[in-house]
Amino acid sequence: MTEDNFTVPTMADMMASGQQPEVLFWVGCSGSFDDRAKKITKAFVKILNSAKVPFAVLGTEESCTGDPAKRAGNEFLFQMQAMANIEVLNAYDVKKIVTACPHCFNTIKNEYPELGGTYEVVHHTEFLKSLLDDGRLTIEGGQFKGKKITFHDPCYLGRANNIYEAPRDLMEKLDAELVEMKRSKLNGLCCGAGGAQMFKEPEKGNKDVNVERTEDALETQPDIIAAGCPFCNTMLTDGVKAKNREHDIKVMDVAELIANAKDL
Amino acid sequence: MSYLDNILFVLILAAGFGYFAINVKKLIRNIKLGRNVDRFDNPGERWNNMAMIALGQSKMVRKPVMGILHIIVYVGFILINIELLEIIVDGIAGTHRVFSFMGGFYSFLIGTFELLAFGVIVSVAIFWIRRNIIKLKRFIHSDLKGWPKNDANYILYFETVLMILFLTMNAADGHLQAAGAHHYVQAGSFPISGFISPLFEGMSEGTVILIERAAWWMHIVGILVFMNYLYYSKHLHILLAFPNTYFANLKPKGKFVNLESVTAEVKLMMDPNADPFAAAPPAEEGAVPEKFGASDVQDLNWVQLMNAYTCTECGRCTESCPANITGKKLSPRNIMMKTRDRLEEVGKNIDKNKGTFVDDGKSLLNDYITPEELWACTTCNGCVEACPVNIDPLSIIMDMRRYLVMEQSAAPVELNGMMTNIENNGAPWQYSQMDRLNWKDEA
Repeated sequence: MTEDNFTVPTMADMMASGQQPEVLFWVGCSGSFDDRAKKITKAFVKILNSAKVPFAVLGTEESCTGDPAKRAGNEFLFQMQAMANIEVLNAYDVKKIVTACPHCFNTIKNEYPELGGTYEVVHHTEFLKSLLDDGRLTIEGGQFKGKKITFHDPCYLGRANNIYEAPRDLMEKLDAELVEMKRSKLNGLCCGAGGAQMFKEPEKGNKDVNVERTEDALETQPDIIAAGCPFCNTMLTDGVKAKNREHDIKVMDVAELIANAKDL
Repeated sequence: MSYLDNILFVLILAAGFGYFAINVKKLIRNIKLGRNVDRFDNPGERWNNMAMIALGQSKMVRKPVMGILHIIVYVGFILINIELLEIIVDGIAGTHRVFSFMGGFYSFLIGTFELLAFGVIVSVAIFWIRRNIIKLKRFIHSDLKGWPKNDANYILYFETVLMILFLTMNAADGHLQAAGAHHYVQAGSFPISGFISPLFEGMSEGTVILIERAAWWMHIVGILVFMNYLYYSKHLHILLAFPNTYFANLKPKGKFVNLESVTAEVKLMMDPNADPFAAAPPAEEGAVPEKFGASDVQDLNWVQLMNAYTCTECGRCTESCPANITGKKLSPRNIMMKTRDRLEEVGKNIDKNKGTFVDDGKSLLNDYITPEELWACTTCNGCVEACPVNIDPLSIIMDMRRYLVMEQSAAPVELNGMMTNIENNGAPWQYSQMDRLNWKDEA
């Protein structure tokens, strides 16, 4: 990877050179540290680079939004994280934030304003859709032509914020066959990770939620299960493995689909 | 002597409405035990929600067949209650079918009511079959063991009996009209009860009048009894669906409430100019420090308590709950039922102790809802979305988690690990914040 086609400026760099990016890319903990999610982060950056979007990341100045703490019931820890982050964001005079994590998206968009942080916050699928609409991004079918793709709605993008169409609109450009699961959009079933479940063992039951959801996806006989959330991605990847289907079904983020289609 | 009927009628009516009023007062008092929350903003959007969701049943028809059957029962009950107005006037004034002067329109009304009554009987029969023969999963769920299951069936029987009484009354009336009985004016049209009338052939006029009067009285008394049954059953939704949809949350479902009491402390903590050795400001006389989260019904807000009374236990929430689907104990419907059970218990405690609650050593948490249920929630909002009347079980789950974590430090051990990581290094995992951008240089 050369410097030319993969640049990730930080807000500190930008400020030092007196520039203000169009948008701040909030990478999130998963996108920064989780091996699988880092690939999504890089795919998204490649698209931003290729569309020549002036963006920046906070890098080491970014910290957890506090979402898992809040959903676990720890309002103290959440507000400490939120206020620390807001201080940094406001210091850089950030106006617009894009993130590939629906949990970060929901928290910054809906829960930061009351604590003094008001920004225009968009999910990466919405942002890519706007690039597409403005003619700054083109998507061709490429390798996904004719493939069967089913999209899993992340709860914090779908029900929590009523965003259902942006990811679907993007995938439609791939000339793939989009198939819906029996439970989708408003009725979409959770992957099992939300509400801080990602970080604990499930309570006693007769099945894991991610397996139940993966079965929904497998019913559509997809080549690819598309997701728009790093946590859903992990849960569904594990679900596909539990069903011994990892050899013929891939779980991919919408950003990865687009980056791959463009051979980035 | 001839006024005995009228007096008896007025007494029954007064008793019916009087007892109902007492229970409504109790209902309102119990709901007001909840904490304050402002849900009076955006009246336009709120009226619209009520019109669409409660009046228009827009969320019911997401299951189209059942939604339409429910609308038949709902419209049937509302419209047939117009007939109640005539019954009340007749009962008080000693008249018979006082609105019959409307002629053709009256016939149209009565005819429509009969068709609806028939529709109600058919729909209710299908509901009964779904519960008791087909045994749909959400209706034979463990939540409904015992009283709730019987309650649901009693309501169906009640509705059927009321409709049969209404049709019998009309059938007898139609027969008497045709026979030219004194007092029975030619009025109404009887598209359904016309099929019952032939049963009266060969009976004496006196017998048929007795049947007509008996059906008339039992119908009105039945309605009054049913009205008073509401408070003791899950059926309050026919009234509370309206305020419940009006006062429901309008914000995005992902936005969980901000705890202001925490904000003040966190701000102080982060203020570089704050004096760490300063004495705490003197507490107001008798002030109780605000409790974080909820362990009992009084810690919930009044909308959450109204939610509990509104729930009609249909189970669409539980059916869409990922935890329940995969066999965990959590059931959002049960969260609402338990909240209501506890609220009723607290209400009875207040009644018994002359208007004040005396600690009974119990609480909503542990005695009714266990931490195991609360920790199984993925906060996916599936239950909130599924509820046909916008009940929010998730907000109760969250308030109780807050109590567990902030008042009792009783989070599951792995979550404590996650929170320690966030505190120490700004991520739920043990990675250094200084490594956050390492991905950039990894091939």
